[in-house]
Amino acid sequence: MLLIRCPFCGERSEIEFRHAGEAHIPRPLAPASLSDAEWADYLYNRTNPKGLHIERWRHVHGCGRFFNAVRDTISDFFVMTYKLDDQRPDLARLASGQRR
Amino acid sequence: MKYSLFSLLRQAASGHERWPAQWRDPVPKPAYDVVIVGAGGHGLATAYYLAKQHGVTNVAVLEKGWLGGGNTGRNTTIIRSNYLWDESAAIYDHALKLWEGLSQELNYNVMFSPRGVLMLAHTVHDIQVFKRHVHANRLNGVDNEWLTPDECKAFCPPLNTARDIRYPVLGGALQRRGGVARHDAVAWGYARGADRLGVDIVQNCEVTAIRRDVSGAVTAVETTRGEIRARKVGVVAAGHTSTLMAMAGLRMPLESFPLQALVSEPVKPVFPCVVMSNTIHAYISQSDKGELVIGGGTDVYTSYSQRGALHVTTHTIEAICELFPMFRRMRMLRNWGGIVDVTPDRSPIIGKTPVPGLYVNCGWGTGGFKATPGSGHVFADTIANDRPHPINAPFSLERFRDGVLIDEAAAAAVAH
Repeated sequence: MLLIRCPFCGERSEIEFRHAGEAHIPRPLAPASLSDAEWADYLYNRTNPKGLHIERWRHVHGCGRFFNAVRDTISDFFVMTYKLDDQRPDLARLASGQRR
Repeated sequence: MKYSLFSLLRQAASGHERWPAQWRDPVPKPAYDVVIVGAGGHGLATAYYLAKQHGVTNVAVLEKGWLGGGNTGRNTTIIRSNYLWDESAAIYDHALKLWEGLSQELNYNVMFSPRGVLMLAHTVHDIQVFKRHVHANRLNGVDNEWLTPDECKAFCPPLNTARDIRYPVLGGALQRRGGVARHDAVAWGYARGADRLGVDIVQNCEVTAIRRDVSGAVTAVETTRGEIRARKVGVVAAGHTSTLMAMAGLRMPLESFPLQALVSEPVKPVFPCVVMSNTIHAYISQSDKGELVIGGGTDVYTSYSQRGALHVTTHTIEAICELFPMFRRMRMLRNWGGIVDVTPDRSPIIGKTPVPGLYVNCGWGTGGFKATPGSGHVFADTIANDRPHPINAPFSLERFRDGVLIDEAAAAAVAH
């Protein structure tokens, strides 16, 4: 079972959380102007990377709040978690830091 | 060598020491007509039908590990075709019909055992959904019938039908033609069959890039064993489809999740059928070796780790112990995970892609094993003729753009 650091509550066990998919997918500001392919890309296509993944989690059985996390999908290791309005981390730099 | 009673007797006379290898271990040629990426059941079946039905024998199946070592060797081998929508019923029943003659077709005992798949209903909602399934299936010519709790007990005596358990059994939907098969034998049988028709199965050969010409069409794949040219490449890579398609610049409507399974110590025959309980996540049958084969639900987060959290298997074991109290003191031998690629509508994607020469067969999610023969059969047809077979035409990648989903998410009777 994973230990996940909620930015509000601290480290808690995995069963308190719900995974909420890839992060930083903004809802298009003007959906009506999108083509079907662009709308499908927003709705359905996902990066699904093998390696570092930026994703949303929700502390459902705790504070109830959403936050973001960077996790390595090969090892399930959590590199960091951060609040929704924090800057999106630089994955390239995180990946090189992890290799060291 | 054709397997028969005669060959068995002849090999017995020499102490079973002269059985020939079932397939070659070839060095990859510089070019093929078709390259299939992924030597699981679906990929090997595709190669087999390409060679057998379409005469395309200059085919390589590239496998980064060993053949059948991915989800083909990790699933719980359940075979059924009682899906709700017409499109799904068509493809899964196409597969089931091929299962029924597969051992004869391949001259290889895949141990297909149509012992019946019983899906349990625990809530009023389950009852309504399953009865709807039964009616929809019958309209599509797919056998499925509704059983009362007493009839469920008669069909599967170990089942606990007491009314006072947390999720009492309120009935079940039974597909008698459903059952199990030996998963390894399916991969081996297709591998042997394809190899005999001239297909090269190249193991320990990971694809690292997909090469394209100026028009965007596929020309070759880079692998850990060198470049291999091919004008047609079929990706059948389950959980790793997103990473492979990204090599050709394509984003896929897929997420990869770990799905866990476990087996018990072997015991004498105690369990006559397959029982699935989607509501409380318990999938169980007994293998011919005597082990109980148990499947759980997916873990909640995307991962490529081929393992999952213990609380997920614990949850499944709790459900098994409640439904089958006689297994409460049974010891489990091992558990493992496979990485399943899940689509938004929980239906597979089989067909062409926007990249000329690149074909994809993916998105089988938690239930691809049952479709192995049908999937390979229609995918081979799609590659050979460069257009989808009527059965897999609705399962295109474009259905997400066009809004024609085949929504088995709620309808597959599997809680995701």
